[in-house]
Amino acid sequence: MSLSAELASRIRDGVPVALATVISGPRVGSKLLVVPDGDPAPSSLGDPDLDRVVRRDALAELEAGRSGVRHYGTAGQTTPEDLADTDIVTVFVESWAPPPQMWIFGAVDFTAALARVAKILGFRVLVCDAREIFATGRRFPMADEVRVAWPGPVFAERGAELGSRDVVCILTHDPKFDIPAVKGALATSAGYIGVMGSRRTHTHRLERLAEAGVDDPADLARLMSPVGLDIGARTPEETAISICAEIISARTGRAARPLRDTEGPIHR
Amino acid sequence: MRELLDDLDRWRSAGVRVALARVVDVEGSGPRGPGAAMAVSEHGEVVGSVSGGCVEGAVVTESLSVLAGDREPGVITFGYSDDEAFAVGLTCGGTIRLFVEEYDW
Repeated sequence: MSLSAELASRIRDGVPVALATVISGPRVGSKLLVVPDGDPAPSSLGDPDLDRVVRRDALAELEAGRSGVRHYGTAGQTTPEDLADTDIVTVFVESWAPPPQMWIFGAVDFTAALARVAKILGFRVLVCDAREIFATGRRFPMADEVRVAWPGPVFAERGAELGSRDVVCILTHDPKFDIPAVKGALATSAGYIGVMGSRRTHTHRLERLAEAGVDDPADLARLMSPVGLDIGARTPEETAISICAEIISARTGRAARPLRDTEGPIHR
Repeated sequence: MRELLDDLDRWRSAGVRVALARVVDVEGSGPRGPGAAMAVSEHGEVVGSVSGGCVEGAVVTESLSVLAGDREPGVITFGYSDDEAFAVGLTCGGTIRLFVEEYDW
């Protein structure tokens, strides 16, 4: 199988893969295919030490879902002193990571709207509710997966899948479902945890969480509750936009203000 | 590049030579990030995009030059602040660098 065929097959299957390409310096165009598991077809940038260092860096880029340019010496040197005496090899590392996940707890009207917007943004969407009549594929055809389950077991089974690019949204308003969902979410590395409810619900939930032993300020600071940006959203669809906009601004670290009222470059 | 795969396969199985242009770096304001890609067949067919339409025309020209052997595979830069940059620029004022090569690997 050619290098591009192996790359294409991994991209299509949604299996993590990174491709390092020398874009300037000696051996422009040479490539190294990097995968976190298994043995890809042999490929090389032309030097075993360079391959080793680039493979290490590419795995880190893949983990973060990032692509970008890096500079090395011809034998993989990276420190400024070592780079002074060597030709520079510029390498573009492009990574294809599986799509980020959004887990939505609570099969309510807001869920369908949120799942739709999440799909547009590229999330793999899981909808979970313990009530069999609500958590159905027919109500949530846009979800990639619908589970009839309590949050605890779902997090115990698959919580380790969630990382900084992943999102948990808890929309139930029902303490007996909310509390285990929040506990489960806090035990993961999910980058965003949103919990729906009025300010009053939020205050009550904090009390319930404290009763359940969740009172570490660092944990509570991770909760976006009440969920969403204050754009005056009322309908499920508007609320979905408000939540997703908050998810984006949490990831980019931007303050979510009108561009008219801010300064500096728009794309950073 | 995901969205190019079907076309790349089709061209390859038809024996058509193709150049691939990938955004490798963006400085300042730029509409598409690293990894945005377009492919240009030797017959001038184009799929994909690398900016908001600001530099695609110039990328086609450079891609065809690479396929014709008039230009080595390498990095091309678009941006208005760089003296060596192409005359075509991004309206948003940023600089983007693309790597253009033949898709023969």
